[in-house]
Amino acid sequence: MAKIHVETTINGDPTEFLCEAHQSLSEVLREDLHLFGTKEGCTTGDCGACTVVMDGRIVCSCLVLAAEGHGKSIDTIEGVADGEKLHPLQEAFLENAALQCGVCTPGFIVAARNLLERNPDPSEQEIRYWLAGNLCRCTGYDKIIRAVQQAAAVTR
Amino acid sequence: MADTNGKNGSQGNGAYKVLGTRPVRHDGLDKVTGHANYGADLSLPGMLHAKFVRSPHAHARILSIDTSKAEAMPGVKAVVTGADFPPPPVGIAESGETPADFSDLARNVMAQDKALYHGHAIAAVAATTLRQAEEAAKAVAVEYEVLPPVLDVRDAMRDDAPVLHESMRTKGLADPPDRPTNIASYSIYELGDIDAGFAEADVVIEREHTVETVHQGYIEPHAAVVRTSEDGQVTIWASSQGHFMIRELSAQLLHMDISQIKVLPAEIGGGFGGKTTVYLEPVGILLSRKSDRPVKLVMTRDEVFRASGPAPASYIRCKLGARKDGTLTAGYAYMAYEAGAFPGSAVGAGMMGIFAPYDLANLKIEGWDVCVNKPRSTAYRAPGAPNATFSAETILEEIAEKLGIESMDIRLRNAAVEGITNATGVQWPRIGLVETLEAAQAHEHYSAPLGPNQGRGVAAGWWMNAGGLSSATLQINEDGTASVGEGSPDIGGSRAVMAMIVSEELGIPVDKVRPQVADTESVGYTGVTGGSRVAYATGWAVANACRDAIKQMRECAAKIWEVDADQVEWSDGKAVLSGEGQDLPRKELTLKEIVAEAHATGGMITAASSLNAPGAAAAFGTHIADVEVDPETGRVLVTRYTVCQDAGKALHPSYVEGQMQGGAVQGIGWAINEEYVFNDDGVMENAGFLDYRMPVALDLPMIDTVIVEVPNPRHPYGVRGVGEVPIVPPLAAIANAVYAAVGVRMTACPMSPPRVLAEIKAKARSPQAAAAG
Repeated sequence: MAKIHVETTINGDPTEFLCEAHQSLSEVLREDLHLFGTKEGCTTGDCGACTVVMDGRIVCSCLVLAAEGHGKSIDTIEGVADGEKLHPLQEAFLENAALQCGVCTPGFIVAARNLLERNPDPSEQEIRYWLAGNLCRCTGYDKIIRAVQQAAAVTR
Repeated sequence: MADTNGKNGSQGNGAYKVLGTRPVRHDGLDKVTGHANYGADLSLPGMLHAKFVRSPHAHARILSIDTSKAEAMPGVKAVVTGADFPPPPVGIAESGETPADFSDLARNVMAQDKALYHGHAIAAVAATTLRQAEEAAKAVAVEYEVLPPVLDVRDAMRDDAPVLHESMRTKGLADPPDRPTNIASYSIYELGDIDAGFAEADVVIEREHTVETVHQGYIEPHAAVVRTSEDGQVTIWASSQGHFMIRELSAQLLHMDISQIKVLPAEIGGGFGGKTTVYLEPVGILLSRKSDRPVKLVMTRDEVFRASGPAPASYIRCKLGARKDGTLTAGYAYMAYEAGAFPGSAVGAGMMGIFAPYDLANLKIEGWDVCVNKPRSTAYRAPGAPNATFSAETILEEIAEKLGIESMDIRLRNAAVEGITNATGVQWPRIGLVETLEAAQAHEHYSAPLGPNQGRGVAAGWWMNAGGLSSATLQINEDGTASVGEGSPDIGGSRAVMAMIVSEELGIPVDKVRPQVADTESVGYTGVTGGSRVAYATGWAVANACRDAIKQMRECAAKIWEVDADQVEWSDGKAVLSGEGQDLPRKELTLKEIVAEAHATGGMITAASSLNAPGAAAAFGTHIADVEVDPETGRVLVTRYTVCQDAGKALHPSYVEGQMQGGAVQGIGWAINEEYVFNDDGVMENAGFLDYRMPVALDLPMIDTVIVEVPNPRHPYGVRGVGEVPIVPPLAAIANAVYAAVGVRMTACPMSPPRVLAEIKAKARSPQAAAAG
């Protein structure tokens, strides 16, 4: 079967790729575009490690077909820092030791950034609710929640 | 042993400049920007993708495997089955977290005559694309004779149970029956006289407890990339808790020289004990060899659940006796653990742990390691201890209630201290249990008010911690910075700790030290990242390398100054000739100045250190849990949680707290939600994160921590190890809190809504409740 030609924007850059109809966005991001910052922990939309932003909404890229990316704007972890300058969330994750193994971290940062763009002053409960789709098995979430709170305060 | 000469760096158990601070981890930047490469984050030119064929039956004889159709499919470059493996070596593999028989390991990596659990690897296919490999895997024709599975430890111990291994006879029994059995081994600890001890007791309580199978739940599935070259050399990129373990087990299972395999440690996305053995790499070597191409092997989440090591389910019958004043007089435990398909459950550590926090002069602990048709169990954070502590700490609480003694008082009255003989017959060295109990008792949480349907529970727990083989390398670079290589995969901040040790010892800023996890050819052999041993043992190796480097630099400075090396001291990152009393001017040389003279002094400064770290010391923790139980649904919600733990010395307190918080939350998940659900055919029905429900952020409160520091007198910095003990108390602490909230004593984990609701309803129907009503 012929491959599908997809024109999309990834982290602000116009990007084209060919994919098969069944391929997920996370698979293409990783295996074809080598944007390995988007992780795959389950490929069933339950762990949030593959979280990316598509046209302003967070999605599990393992549940989005790559072909659905056509004409869309996709933001991954690789686009969160502004060149050398880290996003306040990235700074806060480092300062608060909010990561241990770090494999869930890209998904958390992408999801949390989307939260702070919508709600610059979220309560602890709102942060916990927003991040309930992102699994972390190392930290018990405590330091992640604190990092998001700190980043929110800095951003405000 | 470490050089503790005052001229050679920092002193043990003293005041530190760097240790105990909280610098940003050196590998952090790559991890927050998405640039860190984990096991699956690699793509090589010409790389193939592998897919496993797995048993659809929990117990079956493999009659035939026909790979011809799969081999003929588009893109397929290699197919491997058990027949491609050489006969396994005779003996025991020591490089994992727990010793394992090579034959068992080999048959777990790829089934031979029998499939022993649903998901057991039967064959593997490598093809140009993953999709082609998946299609070809479906085309591998396997003929099975389906056998009845046995899925529960007590069922498996019955004489009429289906038997997994025809050749198995129970080890450890004086006179084992000469017929096939699922009971792999029996072991016993005995102290004093339990009959006399129980006779002395005013209160004796005996309960049965069950704990279901749970998974480590690391977010990164097992992954490896394997490349073989024409000369037989193999390069493996793998995510694991020990790249030396990967190298040794792969070499042994395939009859290769260890020097033929190089393993590069990828970043590891969680392990918790589950990545201390091999599943993929030996298969990858065979596929790569057959295809002459690099091969990538990545488990799906479904495969992780069905075919990688869970923690054992258990049945424990435990009995404790106490005098009226709360003094424990005797303890007995019958402990049966599910090993899974092959022997080697964590029952031994459970036996050591069940009464570890207490001074019990009379005890008897019997342990049974039993095979069932579930995946081969693997280490999971303090393996075996949470199951055991669930029993002992809930029974102790029941005794306290009967005797009208406050929870913390009964624990303090019986707490193990230095000099007490433990179950293994060894006297405890200096331990910090009492200090953690006192910290918990003094914590504001312990006496905070509670709301309706809320209850508070406490529990203490123990873990042994390990030492073992570790290695490190150190180079002083031309500009006076330092590079340190550790042999331990960094699973949660150990690179930062190694850099801090170098900074402390050499006296240079921590950001002038670059730590890395070195591959198997760049640093000496190092055991797995397990047993809470990395900061302890590998940190010690780094300290020794630093002290060696300092000695070399003092000698270099002495050459430059043309004095005796004994006249040169190391202070604040400089060689110093004080000149005091010697009629010489004070002179100083920095690291950079010393190595600048390398041509004159005989070469650059490098140090390599290897040790078998002695004197690992046990750690204890005491947890306080508040829960709210919904009486309508039986749902248990943790509303507040505090962890008090003896770290010995917390080198990087943030990552010590992180271990305490993460371990406690894994324990909370185990206590409340997590379990493998099998149907009667032995098929796991919840092999995904939607149905195997690990705690999410919304399920939890903040996790408070109190780091207690009772230094380990046998370690240069007093470190004990912190990673494992925090998962031990939560099951019991939460069960005790549930009782305090709604008056039901839970004897089964997880304490999921149906189980708790059934107990609440049973209590409401009980004669006492009717009489009270």
